Amino acid sequence: MHDLSTMPLTGRLLDADAAGKGVVDLEAYEASGGYQAARQAVTGMTPAEIRELVKDANLRGRGGAGFPTGVKWGFVPMDGAAAEGHKYLVCNADEMEPGTFKDRYLMEKDPHMLIEGMIIGAWAIEADKAYVFLRGEYHEPYRQLQDAIAQARSRGYLGEGIFGTGFNLELAVHRSGGRYICGEETALLNALEGKRAQPRTKPPFPPASGAWGRPTIVNNVETLCNVPAIVTNGADWFLELGRGEDAGTKVFGVSGRVNNPGLWELPMGTPIREIIDDHAGGMQKGYRLRGILPGGASTEFLVEEHFDLPMEYATIQAAGSRMGTGTMILMDDSICPVDMSRNLQHFFAQESCGFCTPCREGLPWVEQLLLDIEEGRGQPGDLEVLDRNADFIGAPGNTFCLHATGAIEPLMSALKYFRDDFEAHISTGRCPYREA
Amino acid sequence: MSEAQLISPLSAEEVEAIEAEIAHLPDRASAAIDALLIVQEKRGWISDESLAAIAGLLGMSTADLDSIATFYNLIYRRPVGRHVVMVCDSVSCYVMGCDRLRGAVEEKLGVKPGGTTEDGRFTLLPIVCLGACDRAPAMQVGKELFGPVAADDLDGIFGGFD
Ligand SMILES: Cc1cc2nc3c(=O)[nH]c(=O)nc-3n(C[C@H](O)[C@H](O)[C@H](O)COP(=O)(O)O)c2cc1C
Ligand code: SF4
Ligand code: FES
Repeated sequence: MHDLSTMPLTGRLLDADAAGKGVVDLEAYEASGGYQAARQAVTGMTPAEIRELVKDANLRGRGGAGFPTGVKWGFVPMDGAAAEGHKYLVCNADEMEPGTFKDRYLMEKDPHMLIEGMIIGAWAIEADKAYVFLRGEYHEPYRQLQDAIAQARSRGYLGEGIFGTGFNLELAVHRSGGRYICGEETALLNALEGKRAQPRTKPPFPPASGAWGRPTIVNNVETLCNVPAIVTNGADWFLELGRGEDAGTKVFGVSGRVNNPGLWELPMGTPIREIIDDHAGGMQKGYRLRGILPGGASTEFLVEEHFDLPMEYATIQAAGSRMGTGTMILMDDSICPVDMSRNLQHFFAQESCGFCTPCREGLPWVEQLLLDIEEGRGQPGDLEVLDRNADFIGAPGNTFCLHATGAIEPLMSALKYFRDDFEAHISTGRCPYREA
Repeated sequence: MSEAQLISPLSAEEVEAIEAEIAHLPDRASAAIDALLIVQEKRGWISDESLAAIAGLLGMSTADLDSIATFYNLIYRRPVGRHVVMVCDSVSCYVMGCDRLRGAVEEKLGVKPGGTTEDGRFTLLPIVCLGACDRAPAMQVGKELFGPVAADDLDGIFGGFD
């Protein structure tokens, strides 16, 4: 049995795995204390108390930006005219950031944990409607969530008069039509409303005016999964879980040429090298690690000098990158940094929503220039052109949303750390990583 | 299914499933994406006739619905094979050799991305990260996820689909 006080997110599902079951079913979930936190919250705590608790626990969003969850919940109007009518809680389960596979894991293996987190989150803002905005390709999570929602409803955990109180909550799954930009929270709200997923102007921010113009909170899957254990164990417990400044555990992931790619729930502040060597089993024989994207495709490269740093928000930011989703992508010495950058820009160019010019026109142009350099058609001066345009496209404020910024960040860091590789392509007119 | 049933009107089951989605939502047009996915589920793609029928059911114009349908990657406005083969081309799979895998799939199926096999069994499409990066290179056939996939696995995988 895994200890839920040190592995609140994955202890149960690892037990289920060990027992040869693919998923934590309702019985197993309840047998290990499941839905007690929701009961305690809805029957014994006021919404304000929950918001304070989550604020005190310093839970920060696990969707990429790291915004404090309790603070965000505090922006929702709770009285007066603005609070009358529907309010919404939306779980962002779009997970399209390349290299990220943690939310799928949590939903497939322990769907009740997410549902319980959503019940508590909805109560904290007195939302009467909740949606899981789910990637269209996620068929297995869809099946698991649909089953779990039906079970929760049959127990009276969802629907009218939850736990015998006056609190009502409906929960439904919305499957996405598929576009990376749907993960951006205001674009997500347009998609939820059945429209094209274009980002909205902010302000107003969603807690004031979100889905269908009503107060709405959007939180990531992993963020919401953290909430039940915080209610059960308290803010101090959560603060203590982290190894450094940040609170709680995190589902960290590693993909690339390691011996044992995967996901592990570890304390916030676990050092990068420890995650790669002790958990992911180190690099495969014959491959040397050159760089990592620490938290998905839109985070800047970190290199050797950074590998002893702890994975925590402020530290990774000070090193010039972002924690992002905490699932790192490893670049080994067989991979050409120019071509890998081209692969990344291909994704971002294709997934641009097309609304603003620097992103719509600039990213395909950058992709093409990278392809030219990769294929030996680079010209002296190209790197300076790339630097300048990266600056222009990527600067926050030059585009309507952060998609373009996220696209450019890995490129700028590649130009910085792997400049020799870029220059060698141009001076020799070929990619040194390709067989002659 | 006969030719006539493949075009509009929508089946009773489809209408029922769409109405069930509408019940969760404040207005009918909000169910646009759900409705497109529901109709595509059985028919494989969204024909002009399906599009018009869905627009009618939701009380919106066909042009509006089409601008939504064409925005999303997973809604197909052209016929596809019985099973869509999606080979991930995002960064973790790139690092683990997705270009080689895609080449092997193209050779095995005898089609390029966007193409459908002559027997109408498979359509090959590129896809972004499937959220299976620890199993890279990954691919999905229909609703089933596979990874890590080596060229030698392809016969076995495709053999499982009729
Ligand atoms: C282009 C773009 C894509 C995003 N995709 C996701 C996503 O797939 N999942 C997610 O949780 N957040 C995503 N985000 C972040 C969301 O906008 C939002 O910050 C997050 O869902 C808030 O939840 P949290 O506070 O619990 O992290 C994305 C942001 C941008 C700019
Ligand atoms: S930055 Fe890109 S994705 Fe964001 S609104 Fe502009 S065009 Fe759309
Ligand atoms: S990058 Fe291919 S599954 Fe994530």
